[in-house]
Amino acid sequence: MNWLLVHLDTLRESLARLARQPIASALNIVVMGIALSLPAGFYLGLSNLRTFSRQLSSDPQVSIFMTIDAGTAEIAAVEQRLKSNAEIGRVEFIARDEAFARLKRSAGLADVLTNLGRNPLPDAFIVTARGNDPATLEALRDQARQWPQVEHVQLDAEWARRLDAALNVGRMLVTLLAVLLAVALVAVTFNTIRLQILTRRDEIEVSRLIGATNPFIRRPFLYFGALQGLAGGFAAWAIVALAVLFLNIQLADLSGLYGTAFKLEGPGTNDTMTLLAFSAVLGWLGAWLSVSRHLRHIELQ
Amino acid sequence: MSATTARGSVIQVSHVSKRYAGGFEALREVTFAVEPGEMVFITGHSGAGKSTLLKLIAAIERPTAGSVIINGQNVSAMKPGVIPYFRRNFGLIFQDHKLLFDRSVFENVALPLLITGFPRAEIAKRTRAALDKVGLLGREKGKPITLSGGEQQRLCIARAIVNRPAILLADEPTGNLDTAYAEEIIGMFKSFNQVGVTVVIATHDEDMIERLGPRVLHLDHGRIAA
Repeated sequence: MNWLLVHLDTLRESLARLARQPIASALNIVVMGIALSLPAGFYLGLSNLRTFSRQLSSDPQVSIFMTIDAGTAEIAAVEQRLKSNAEIGRVEFIARDEAFARLKRSAGLADVLTNLGRNPLPDAFIVTARGNDPATLEALRDQARQWPQVEHVQLDAEWARRLDAALNVGRMLVTLLAVLLAVALVAVTFNTIRLQILTRRDEIEVSRLIGATNPFIRRPFLYFGALQGLAGGFAAWAIVALAVLFLNIQLADLSGLYGTAFKLEGPGTNDTMTLLAFSAVLGWLGAWLSVSRHLRHIELQ
Repeated sequence: MSATTARGSVIQVSHVSKRYAGGFEALREVTFAVEPGEMVFITGHSGAGKSTLLKLIAAIERPTAGSVIINGQNVSAMKPGVIPYFRRNFGLIFQDHKLLFDRSVFENVALPLLITGFPRAEIAKRTRAALDKVGLLGREKGKPITLSGGEQQRLCIARAIVNRPAILLADEPTGNLDTAYAEEIIGMFKSFNQVGVTVVIATHDEDMIERLGPRVLHLDHGRIAA
């Protein structure tokens, strides 16, 4: 029980020390908060994009558009060829009238389409591969382009794959950014603790002389570093959460205009906990490096 | 000079020399022993090696040659991790006081107990008892800067005895004090000694020694003079 009290005392002291220099502490915490909010914000943006892209792209599929004047015979021939291909899973035929009706129902384009007077859409097939293998669909795309009365062949998975690749690049950038800014956070803590050690030099020296162990001397600095890091993490969380809140107000207007309900997800419980733990550990690490380095000098004198 | 080998010695210094970087030799072949409950004065001109000798005893510095044995523990062979615990055997009174001026009188005295890890209630009790012994009980909330020179010296003593050490080491405890204050301070050391604490005092105050007639080790240029 006694050791627990010792740690609680140290915690209380470190909090008091943070509060005793409110401006210096606040500045440090804001710097850390901003530094951490960058990777945290980018990360959040990426996971929002990923959810968004998952909603849009289901299985990869090939769309085959016939020419407007394709006759029933040509359509039947294409259908025949598709059905005879063993690697193809599902074939869905969408007649031009049906496509026109669907389009009228969605996206508030009814007025425009009615004014158009005629149906500009062709007949189309939507084809899914049996094994979901993109190579099958790529081969099909190349073949289908040669068929008579086929106007255009589109591999729908392509943009999703490009987005996925872009997201991977983004994720790598976030990681790099996080590593860089983690180093910055450690450096900020290192320097804060260095200054504290300098101002508390007498205390450290006297404590040493009357029998303080190294852990006893280190403990308040480590607590201070971890607490300051934690506060920085909390500041980063607040910055990101506020940014999401404000962006969502603007997005509500924008997505209202497009007739969809799109909104950004804020940092979840897991992400928040990870952020706070990460920042506290970084603060602790910075303090530890600083204390280990600077206490050695005091010992020698 | 033969090495003292008395079994019961608290402090046993044998053939100790201390040479500082740059070649200055502070101590040469110093040998003596202090028995439990003894009160010993180390005298000598300034620069004779009094402070160095006290620092060697408290493991603040290490001898260049020879051995310092405290309660059977060889200080020169001690691992760095053991030294903090070893130092808790001593009550140290420094020439320059080494008080913490940003802490209250109470906190200054409580520091050794905090370091040892006493429960908070025990710390408060012992700190007040120590402050009472040196007559500063009413001043515990003040800062050391509000105390006079003599009171600051008494504060140092309170901090040194709060841990109830077996050995008190004092470096020029009456240094800048007038006779009345000095006598008061020496009276305190005598009373600690009477309850069994071993006391080693470095001083150049010849008057005091004449009056007390204690055991004296006289250092002259780093050697013990007869």
